Amino acid sequence: MSELSVNHLLGIKYINQKDIELIFETADHFKEVINRPIKKVPSLRDITIANLFFENSTRTRLSFELAEKRLSADVVNFSAASSSVKKGETLIDTVNNILAMKVDMVVMRHPNPGAGVFLSKHVGSSIVNAGDGAHEHPTQALLDTYSIRETLGGVAGKKVVIVGDVLHSRVALSNIYALQKQGAEVMVCGPKTLIPKYINELGVKVETNLTKALQWCDVANMLRVQNERMDISYFPSTREYSQQYGVTKSILEKLDKEIVIMHPGPINRGVEITTEVADSEQAIILNQVENGVAIRMAVIYLLASKIK
Amino acid sequence: MSQKVLLTGKEIDIILHRLACQLIENHTDFKNTVLIGLQPRGIFVADRLKEILIKEYGINNLKLGYLDITFFRDDFRRGNLPLEANKTIIDFVVEDKQVVFIDDVLYTGRSIRAALTAIQSFGRPLGVELLTLIDRRFSRHLPIQPSYRGRQVDAINNERVQVNWGNNTAEDAVYLIN
Repeated sequence: MSELSVNHLLGIKYINQKDIELIFETADHFKEVINRPIKKVPSLRDITIANLFFENSTRTRLSFELAEKRLSADVVNFSAASSSVKKGETLIDTVNNILAMKVDMVVMRHPNPGAGVFLSKHVGSSIVNAGDGAHEHPTQALLDTYSIRETLGGVAGKKVVIVGDVLHSRVALSNIYALQKQGAEVMVCGPKTLIPKYINELGVKVETNLTKALQWCDVANMLRVQNERMDISYFPSTREYSQQYGVTKSILEKLDKEIVIMHPGPINRGVEITTEVADSEQAIILNQVENGVAIRMAVIYLLASKIK
Repeated sequence: MSQKVLLTGKEIDIILHRLACQLIENHTDFKNTVLIGLQPRGIFVADRLKEILIKEYGINNLKLGYLDITFFRDDFRRGNLPLEANKTIIDFVVEDKQVVFIDDVLYTGRSIRAALTAIQSFGRPLGVELLTLIDRRFSRHLPIQPSYRGRQVDAINNERVQVNWGNNTAEDAVYLIN
């Protein structure tokens, strides 16, 4: 069996197609495990993992914690809101203090892009990036593309449009890398103000008309409008945004094919997709959540197997 | 490297028929019994036994599953190569059933220890038995013995027992490789 080419998962940019395949094959096994009556394996019983969340998270933290516990790892949780970070401690000091307690792996979410890369150069443990600012969210991209593979039988040759707030989205960037590495065609769609200036360098198509984008694609990945990252107004009103970029049942019915609808969550129902679409057969949003645990188990298992 | 034939294809066939008869002797119609082939190599023995039981002894509704023990092994992070997982396929209830583990070679007993833990994830069996084609004596690390054995072999630690399952060009054989 091959092993990952990296000791950390800092971003999809830093891994190759073989790594992605290995993660997916391992996740297939873990998906079977989490559907057993007893959903736990003892592989990581001598591994301790620290979940360091310097930014709010519900589902990602829950998903990581569940994945770690399903693998029998010992888990310590840390959230910035109730820590010494508030007292002025630096990131390296915080992490080194935690590592001094003999922690083998760190899962970190941080508001600053590149925080994971920075940390990996300064501490000895294995780092998993659970989202760094508007940079990357590798496990989300892995579970998204894994869900596409599961639903459509593969990723290569598929057309995927990422709709919405691409500018502030780490999910978008990681998805673009992951989809391209697996041979998919990628388009981004949204108001021009929410499409980053560097987008042409990524080799993706750009479309501002939602209907045209949906007509082109096999899969539409709907992003949440990240109001918390917006320092200025990027569109006139939420109502206008949802009228132009919100997916409704009537838009989907006008297409000449059935497309797959994805959403990384949390959903703003009635903004990027309607309740009717979110709860429809075409939406695989809850499959994404289930696959998230299997993918994170695979990533943690494969990285832990490199800790000697 | 030298190799010696321990069992020929003909001998393996006779042994598998004997093991099938021993299973019938203890489990009659297999109504409350399930067979579990242990991945990766025990599944070949299990498939052969299933074929014999159905075709030659008319056992119907025989339940056979495959169990992978990779995530239950006790040598994670201890070897040079990562452990390779295989598929687990158990699409029946194990709770309150007589489970028969089937493997090709019983050596240290550590795989069986892992399998005993792994099967608990699917329920609480009434009892567990072990059927093995080859039983390597004098090499056990744990107090585990087979309930049904094909052939007992005395091999020293640096020798390897390999079971080859034939295809169109080669026939079944068990080798002792030094």
